[in-house]
Amino acid sequence: MDNLDQIVSEARAAFAAISDPDALEQAKARFLGKSGQITELLKGLGKLPPEEKKTAGAAINVAKTAVENALNKRREAIRKAALEARLAEEALDVTLPGRAEAGGGLHPVTRTLERIESLFASIGFEVADGPEIEEDFHNFTALNTPEDHPARSMHDTFYLQNPDGSLADKVLLRTHTSPIQARYMQAHVAKYGRLEKMPEIRIIAPGRVYRVDSDATHSPMFHQVEGLWVGENVSFADLKGVIADFLKSFFETDDLTVRFRPSFFPFTEPSAEIDVAFMSGALKGRWLEIAGCGMVHPNVLQIAGIDPEKYTGFAFGFGPDRLTMLRYGVNDLRLFFEGDLRFLRQFA
Amino acid sequence: MKFSESWLRTLVDPKLTSEELSHLLTMAGLEVEELDPVAPAFDSVVVGHVLEVVKHPDADRLNVCKVDTGSGTPSTIVCGAPNVAVGLKVPCALPGANLPGDFTIKIAKVRGIESSGMLCSAKELGLAEDASGLLILPADAPVGQSIRQYLDLDDNQFELKLTPNRADCLSLLGIAREVGAITGAATCLPVVPEVPATIADMRAVVLDAPEACPLYCGRVVKAVNAKAPTPEWMKRRLERSGIRAISALVDITNYVMLELGQPLHAFDNTKLEGVVHARLAKPEEKLLLLNEQTIAVDADILMISDDVKPLAMAGIMGGEDSGITLETSELFLESAFFAPKAIAGRARRYGFGSDASHRFERGVDFGGTRRAIERATQLILEICGGQAGPVVEAKAALPARPPVRLRTARAEKVLGLPLGAERIAGLFRGLALSFEQQGDDFLVTPPSWRFDMEIEEDLIEEIARLYGYDNIPSPAPRGRLKMQLQREAQRPAFRVRQMLADRGYQEVVNFAFVEEGWEADFAAKTEEVDLIRLANPIASQMAVMRSTLFGGLIANLVTNLKRKQNRVRLFEVGRTFHRDAAATPVAGYRQPWKLAGLAFGGALPEGWANDGRKVDFYDVKGDIEALLAPSELRFEKLAHPALHPGRAARVLLDGRDIGNIGELHPEWVQKYDLTVAPVLFELEFDALKASVVPAYAEVSKFPVVVRDMAVVVDRNLALQSLFDGLKQQLPALVTDLQLFDVYAGKGVPENKKSLAFRIVMQDTQRTLLDSEVDAAMQQLVSCLEQTFSAQLRA
Repeated sequence: MDNLDQIVSEARAAFAAISDPDALEQAKARFLGKSGQITELLKGLGKLPPEEKKTAGAAINVAKTAVENALNKRREAIRKAALEARLAEEALDVTLPGRAEAGGGLHPVTRTLERIESLFASIGFEVADGPEIEEDFHNFTALNTPEDHPARSMHDTFYLQNPDGSLADKVLLRTHTSPIQARYMQAHVAKYGRLEKMPEIRIIAPGRVYRVDSDATHSPMFHQVEGLWVGENVSFADLKGVIADFLKSFFETDDLTVRFRPSFFPFTEPSAEIDVAFMSGALKGRWLEIAGCGMVHPNVLQIAGIDPEKYTGFAFGFGPDRLTMLRYGVNDLRLFFEGDLRFLRQFA
Repeated sequence: MKFSESWLRTLVDPKLTSEELSHLLTMAGLEVEELDPVAPAFDSVVVGHVLEVVKHPDADRLNVCKVDTGSGTPSTIVCGAPNVAVGLKVPCALPGANLPGDFTIKIAKVRGIESSGMLCSAKELGLAEDASGLLILPADAPVGQSIRQYLDLDDNQFELKLTPNRADCLSLLGIAREVGAITGAATCLPVVPEVPATIADMRAVVLDAPEACPLYCGRVVKAVNAKAPTPEWMKRRLERSGIRAISALVDITNYVMLELGQPLHAFDNTKLEGVVHARLAKPEEKLLLLNEQTIAVDADILMISDDVKPLAMAGIMGGEDSGITLETSELFLESAFFAPKAIAGRARRYGFGSDASHRFERGVDFGGTRRAIERATQLILEICGGQAGPVVEAKAALPARPPVRLRTARAEKVLGLPLGAERIAGLFRGLALSFEQQGDDFLVTPPSWRFDMEIEEDLIEEIARLYGYDNIPSPAPRGRLKMQLQREAQRPAFRVRQMLADRGYQEVVNFAFVEEGWEADFAAKTEEVDLIRLANPIASQMAVMRSTLFGGLIANLVTNLKRKQNRVRLFEVGRTFHRDAAATPVAGYRQPWKLAGLAFGGALPEGWANDGRKVDFYDVKGDIEALLAPSELRFEKLAHPALHPGRAARVLLDGRDIGNIGELHPEWVQKYDLTVAPVLFELEFDALKASVVPAYAEVSKFPVVVRDMAVVVDRNLALQSLFDGLKQQLPALVTDLQLFDVYAGKGVPENKKSLAFRIVMQDTQRTLLDSEVDAAMQQLVSCLEQTFSAQLRA
């Protein structure tokens, strides 16, 4: 049966030489088609004597299977080659930029305010808000700063005009976020004043404030964050603890020193300025004034309707613009208010 | 408050370096703002006496001088200064001297002549910014003495930033007292003897407003020489305290004010008529002040006057006509206590201030009024000569200093610090406070120089200050734990901002006061009644409060376009300001929070994959819809001064107007030099924070039927009205109706447009029958035909 082996190797050779699927099917006909060589052999089996038929049949079937295998293998190879060719054709330059929309971003000071709010929220401070055109009463008087108090000259205040050109009575642009303290305490008393024990006040009040001041380090509009904690046993030591915790958390380092030094604000007593010094970095070792704070003055509690004998509290005011500058190394306050995308995009 | 360290050290001399002293003052609440040496480091410069000046043989502008430097042998020194002359006393740097600027003096030949030293100018010694020649010293300067010693240059200038409560430290005496308290060093405060009267002249004083002026000491001094020179030591101390020396009499009053804290005033006694009064201003009273300003004084201004005319604004500034000059020989000297309430704010009202008003409005020691007039008399007689009359003292009720109770337990509670009564007593003794101890309570009588000790907290502050703020512990505080309310139907403000940032917008922060023109252009506010004008703006382009955030955004756009940023998306969250009589919490001014945005340039960033389409109304509308999703918004045509009349809409949420969106009006596009119109929007920020708590609706398990339908309608028909009409007659099985194509042009009649809808139908209980679907479609079609004259498009 050399003939069979020959047919098989012929078929193999023929298939291997073909890379076109149609040609392959034509080549198949040569061997397995109606008058293909293998088919012819099978047809010839009938002429053989019965005793030979069996062995010859088996041998032809082996050969047929071999040809079929060779055919299938080649079909698969051609299919794969075609697929590969198509895939190669479809290849992308994966290094081209993605088609996504360019993202915007938050203002750097907003970023800072969000961090401050969330740090204080983690120890139970809620956010409070208040008007920017403010009554003289809440900006000053309710904060123990009566008219003609020398401390009023510490704040260069913007006043408003009436339509007839006269000075608007008793309103101004708030010079600090502290009036929110006064308003919040009043509202708190209105809500809980009748209770034997009022719930604690723990608030943080961020916002824009205004002073008649404009140079390289002062902007006529800037940000402040006011904080207030009033309760039955709130002490100056607690104030120190909260501030130290905050600064270390905000700057994410223990590598800084905080100092409190006596100062004066009409609405707190004792009052302190808070300085911070970093132990490393560009500002290493320099004391940087960062906030004012103190125990809420008993007059302020009293004006709000809170008994200073029963409740004590502390208040503080941070400059988030300054904190942002320190955190990100910004060296010019004015950049925050110029709307220059090249600057702002760095904080996206 | 500026002062010379060496002056302070004559009163109290703690064993501390200048830096240590500075730190201690700062930590005690007297913040040292500056600490500067009065002269830079240099050495071996002595007082030299110029004995001979000869022209240099080989140089026109040089002289060869013989100078006595106290060494016994005169030195030969070549000098180029134009003012060198025989007989002068000048600073002379000896060979080996190190001068400021890293400059060492060597014996060297100058044009062939050996010069052993250098005659110095004030600039060369670092004592002045510039100088035209040698620093000429007084004729009595001792030859050979170190110039540092002679001019007292080993001194520092301190500058304190004093808080308004610490008026007691506006004098050397006060600072010395404070340094003594915080360091424990002994103080050697000035003892002022009474100067006996040698003449009988005096002028009576009447206190017409005893509450405002309860104490007035006056004294006549005659035969003074106002032209006498002020001694060098006094000039130096004044200058190092930041006060320019003027003339002996003025210098003396200033000196006593610095030394003791008591402002004084000297009148020319010959200009005074009759009795001196301390009274409130009379109606329409006017006074020409020393600063050459004529002031019409208000009724609450305390005046010093004589029988016929006003002389001075008490405690603020003297009058020009009664002031002293170099010709004055007869003085009426004033040392008085003016109550802070009578002075506070007055000078500021007239737009000026003085060293005197600064002190009086904060509080001057009424226990030292007499002492100051004696001290001034003493110095006048010493320096200007003359004869003093007796002191006339008019006195009414001085401020009371009722004892203040301090409870140890209260101090401990407020400070969070166990102190004990003993420690508190020790701290009070350190401050030299007079007190009486009653168990754990203290009754403290405040001294006459402290105006900040009225209540218990004032004393607690003193305790904390002396104990040292740094020594108070800073434990983690304890508080009651109570969860905060977190409303699910309320988005945090930061979330809203972040959503917009994620859609490509960059947040900016703009000033709330804007150009008046912006209010006119973008809010049509041109009438004075609509504007909120600042009384004292910092500049005319920051004069009115904004009622819209648009102006700032457009200005930001212009700035960024100049900087070649051609795709700009911005937003700001801020308050706007509107006159509104019914507004709360500040009556007259409504101040809603707004979020405004601006989009300009490409719809997408420039890139290989983008077609460069410019952003339009619908891009920004999509941003707003996304911002408020899942709430559904309605948009209505809007006329708005800032916006294109055909491309502007009011935004409605649940029927409520929450803002607007539109293209910038072409007029402003041109005026603000923009190439194309940006799209702007401004929304109520509170509306953006509102969200919804999701509610479950059953999901149908039955098949969905989707049908498309196109109709031709009038081109001007707003889609919203069509939707609204359809919704009223919507078959129940329609679950969704989407517009998927809008077309006008070929194939559609003129003035018409084709709208194509996709209609989704489904039931939650069963599969829909074809007949039901057909009926529903027919219902929609007839509704469109009848209500909107729509024609089904083939």
